[in-house]
Amino acid sequence: MRFLLIEDNVQLAGAVVDRLVLDGHVVDHAADLETANDFVATTGYDLILLDIMLPDGDGRGFLSRHRKQESQTPVIVLTARSEVADRVGLLDLGADDYMVKPIDFSELEARCRAVLRRRGGAARNLLPLGDLQFDSLSGTLKFPDEDVQLRTRELRLFEVLANAPGQVFSKASLVDRLFSYDEEVSENAIEVYVGRLRRHLQKSNVRITTIRGLGYKLETE
Amino acid sequence: MSTPVAHGSIRRRLLLSLLVSAAVLAVVVYFMVQSVARQVAQESQDNVLAASALSILDSARFSGGQINVDLPYSALSMLDSISDERVFYAIQLGDEFLSGYQNLPSPESTPGGGPAFLSAEFLGEEVRIASVQRRVSTDIGQSFLQVSVAQTLSGQKQALARISRTSMGIGAGFFAISVLLATIVARSTIRPLDRLTASVSRRGPKDLRPVAAPVPTEMVPLVTSLNSLMRRLQHSLMRSEDFIAEAAHRVRTPLAVVRTKAEIVQRKSDDPETRAALKEMIHAIDDSSRTAGQLLDHAMVTFRLDHLLREEVSLLRMVHDTVERLRPVSDLKDIDIDATGTEDIIIDGDPILLQNALHNLLDNAVKYAPSGAQITVSLTQREGAASISITDTGLGFPEAELDHLTERFSRGANAQNIVGSGLGLTIVKEVVEAHGGKMQIGNNTGGGACVSLLFTLS
Repeated sequence: MRFLLIEDNVQLAGAVVDRLVLDGHVVDHAADLETANDFVATTGYDLILLDIMLPDGDGRGFLSRHRKQESQTPVIVLTARSEVADRVGLLDLGADDYMVKPIDFSELEARCRAVLRRRGGAARNLLPLGDLQFDSLSGTLKFPDEDVQLRTRELRLFEVLANAPGQVFSKASLVDRLFSYDEEVSENAIEVYVGRLRRHLQKSNVRITTIRGLGYKLETE
Repeated sequence: MSTPVAHGSIRRRLLLSLLVSAAVLAVVVYFMVQSVARQVAQESQDNVLAASALSILDSARFSGGQINVDLPYSALSMLDSISDERVFYAIQLGDEFLSGYQNLPSPESTPGGGPAFLSAEFLGEEVRIASVQRRVSTDIGQSFLQVSVAQTLSGQKQALARISRTSMGIGAGFFAISVLLATIVARSTIRPLDRLTASVSRRGPKDLRPVAAPVPTEMVPLVTSLNSLMRRLQHSLMRSEDFIAEAAHRVRTPLAVVRTKAEIVQRKSDDPETRAALKEMIHAIDDSSRTAGQLLDHAMVTFRLDHLLREEVSLLRMVHDTVERLRPVSDLKDIDIDATGTEDIIIDGDPILLQNALHNLLDNAVKYAPSGAQITVSLTQREGAASISITDTGLGFPEAELDHLTERFSRGANAQNIVGSGLGLTIVKEVVEAHGGKMQIGNNTGGGACVSLLFTLS
């Protein structure tokens, strides 16, 4: 997905960009509203991440202008303010969602997904895998005769594996992607979700293979 | 907030002073009318008496040292014409009594020779006496012929009593009209003050706009000071709200940077020791960030509780909004949140605080419940109270600590590995109690925690 990050704190922005790129997204960073306006005018984004306190103005102004121009690009506001009044006001101004800094990236991902689903899938892309198609936005596996809806963690696990078929992922790295940091989980928890996915995939030619001592990979027969 | 001690009322004081002046004026009017009437009555009686006496004096004839006095008919009839009074007269030459009533007192003669008057008692009645005199020559030399005419005063007294009654009526009427006018004046004088009071007290607790309505000159200094007070108050309120927001920003942004960097390094690292260390780091950062957030939340809540808003809040909508807001987070842990209750309940309160409280509770439930748990939020009305109950299928609260969990920085013994500050429940409790409600904490019989917020319905 292509993100526009509008955030004036360079360190924080750098970290967010690195983190999003790590997940395979493309991110443009604007440190002020002027740059942001230039980016928006020339590039189509799937999602805009907007900070509120910016050096050349208030992010809320950008938000209401953005909505007045009837742009369909969803906006998630990143705010350090924790006051709910602020949040309610933001939603009234046309923000699709908001997150309080510091951002939890798995939460950000979940919120992006929810927002895009609500918006009717601006970036709906079906990923063909063997004899099935994977709709990452709605989280469904589309078999020729039926659709299977994945639960959140199954979906995230499948997404990680399907985005790089053939690549081996260690249990540890999968735990990082699936669980938030305040959960005490052992690496064995991954086996549960791999088991569930394997059951879903039984009647297709897509397989999740165990590489002993290394991890898992996705492949088609 | 304490109500200032009331010391007297401007309206009452104004009314009282207007009425006292009106009463004094009414009494003055009464006495003036009476004295004028008495004077007029006396003057007219004096004129008639003097005329009568003069006509008697004029009729005196001297012939051969004799004095003949014919009492002219007109002299007494003009007295009769006034009223049914008794009339007396006396004629004297020098000290010698000639005719009439011998003991009739006579006034001191005036030096100019004009008529002299006297009020006196005669034969048991009050009389008014007029007396005139003329110098005459007699056998024994120069002497004064003096004619006195007297008339009783009962008729005049009656007339005066009538006038007195009338003037008393006039005074009373004057007073009655004054009371009416004073009431109107007092009310219209107080009206701008009432208007100002109404316009200030009608405002919501957050409305600190200056008073713009025109006020009388005398009230301009008061309104100016009031406006300047409100400006200062607003400034200081804004400063504390901005301070809270700014503090949140300053504290959390660097934490966000560190956290993100740590997460990236952890993702890229294969060394189990490094990974474990980074995980602990991230855990600690989340902990302080959350604590900072809740401290600021707590400050915001305390601040807002001092200026508690009272608006209509739809609980059904609030529950729905809050649940939807948290759904992406709960989805991450495969936790299902279910909101039950279809009937809306409206309560009066601060929507922001109430939502904050509910959000805190639900956030807690999502945080502490294990993956795959079910959370149910139900809105019901029972025994005259609105109840929002949040139950989960998680660990539940440790029974032994149920009483202490709402104390600041108190955390359940089974929650040590989960990020939290121990302020969440304190915030919820304070918000609910400020709205006249109460919070009940317990465990379900089948396991899992249950927290209910009860708001009494008026």
